[in-house]
Amino acid sequence: MASAPSPQILPRRVLRHHWLVRLTHWGNALAIFFLLMTGMNIFGAHPRLYWGHGGSLDQVERQWLEVGVGGMMAAPKGWVDIGDRRFDTSGVLGVSKRGTSWNIVAFPHWATFPSGRDLATARSWHFAAAWLLIVNGLIWLGYAILSGRLWREIIPKARELAPAHLWHDIVQHLRLNFPKGEAALRYEVLQKLAYAGVTLGLIPMVILTGMAMSPGLNAAFPFLDALWGGRQSARSVHFIAASGIAGFLILHLVLVVLAGPIRGLGAMITGRMTIGGTK
Amino acid sequence: MILRRRNLLAALPAGLLLSGCDSLASNPTLKSIVGAGEQATYRWQRLVGRDGLAREFAASDISPVFKMNGTRRPTNPEWQRLEAGGFADWRLKVGGLVQRELSLSLADLARLPQRTQITRHDCVEGWSAVGQWTGVPLGSILKAAGLRDGARYIVFLCADDYGGEASKGGLQSASRYYESVDLVDAFHPQTILAHQLNHQPLDAGHGAPIRLRVERQLGYKQAKYLMQILAVDSLAPFGSGKGGYWPDRGYEWYAGI
Repeated sequence: MASAPSPQILPRRVLRHHWLVRLTHWGNALAIFFLLMTGMNIFGAHPRLYWGHGGSLDQVERQWLEVGVGGMMAAPKGWVDIGDRRFDTSGVLGVSKRGTSWNIVAFPHWATFPSGRDLATARSWHFAAAWLLIVNGLIWLGYAILSGRLWREIIPKARELAPAHLWHDIVQHLRLNFPKGEAALRYEVLQKLAYAGVTLGLIPMVILTGMAMSPGLNAAFPFLDALWGGRQSARSVHFIAASGIAGFLILHLVLVVLAGPIRGLGAMITGRMTIGGTK
Repeated sequence: MILRRRNLLAALPAGLLLSGCDSLASNPTLKSIVGAGEQATYRWQRLVGRDGLAREFAASDISPVFKMNGTRRPTNPEWQRLEAGGFADWRLKVGGLVQRELSLSLADLARLPQRTQITRHDCVEGWSAVGQWTGVPLGSILKAAGLRDGARYIVFLCADDYGGEASKGGLQSASRYYESVDLVDAFHPQTILAHQLNHQPLDAGHGAPIRLRVERQLGYKQAKYLMQILAVDSLAPFGSGKGGYWPDRGYEWYAGI
């Protein structure tokens, strides 16, 4: 008697991502792409960071970071000062090539929007993208909480945070051993930590520090400014959190490519993923 | 099919980067979307923080040097003549949609109730400085003049021709500095016509003899070298019609953000 094949072995299409998740994911991708590029343009208008309330060219005692340029006109040197240490960043930060000429600006033209110095346009696009991020983020958070997905899929369980479990997942990642089959329907602990860190940590942090740079919102909500210890501290934390998001973005893209871009991207577009089968 | 779609998706951001996204900034549809975001910011801030007060600081928080920005010394001969005379001949003209036009000397302003506040000046470029300002609440002057029906904005005409700075987006054409606010900010208790910074009369770099302080907005709204105040129903007749020197050059008119 020929036995019927087990249903687990047959490839099947399963719903991996709810349409709201896909919509907000790509909305966020668009918003963050423009927020980072316009943010780097905005930073170029005053490439220094301070702690506290005040800080300017005439008040540098609490400055902790500066991007600048020096050296000869023929071969200018770009640098980043962090505390007392100077790092040579010629060609990328402080000064970079645009065509055949040197571009004296914190971030290179290919990384900023607009590509040239344009604080007015960069700001208005930054704020429009920030609205998109906020509205999107609230929709996603509302869905994640109401559907239970936040607890089930994003926030790591206590047992997953046990050192042995964490270590196991780190080793699997280092071996580029990514889950296939049924296991691909769940996030592993490092993935959960990364997604929870970005969605519940870094993104709320950039939004709150961004709001704390607004004189109107600081008057409306005095705690915003107090939370970070002043507008200049908020600006510093904004920059650090945005750098964290940029780091996540790079890691996220690399891992999507390593883990199988067709499957991952396909699932985030169509919502469906093929499970089982020959693999 | 799936492969082709994937290639397309991969090519999209790469194409955007290669061609440069700059053309997006001049696309009319996208410009109107971005403009809607600006309106949303203004309405949202008016909704949640109409009467909020800007934080006031302690004397120990005052910045050792209050950075100067924009015009350091107007080249306008009229302003220079007034400065040479210690601003004794300076008059602030208040007009437009008012019941009584006013012409106020520094002595007139000194006789009015004063307000002193230690606030943080937040520049659009990103820096901040804390200073103590003393001046006359704008609201009391507007009440003395009496706004007529239809007045929606207060416009501030300044003495300086400003040429702009390359750091704010290329060299800007030189023209007379001006600014404007809505009536919510005009009558806000912290909105003052300041004549002192840190107990000293304003110097040329900080806007002598009088500058506007509108504490819930960015630095470029704090118009210096005030000459005339107008109550108006529309911003269209001034400059390029956007309500200020920098708003005419692409910056938000409502600079609470």
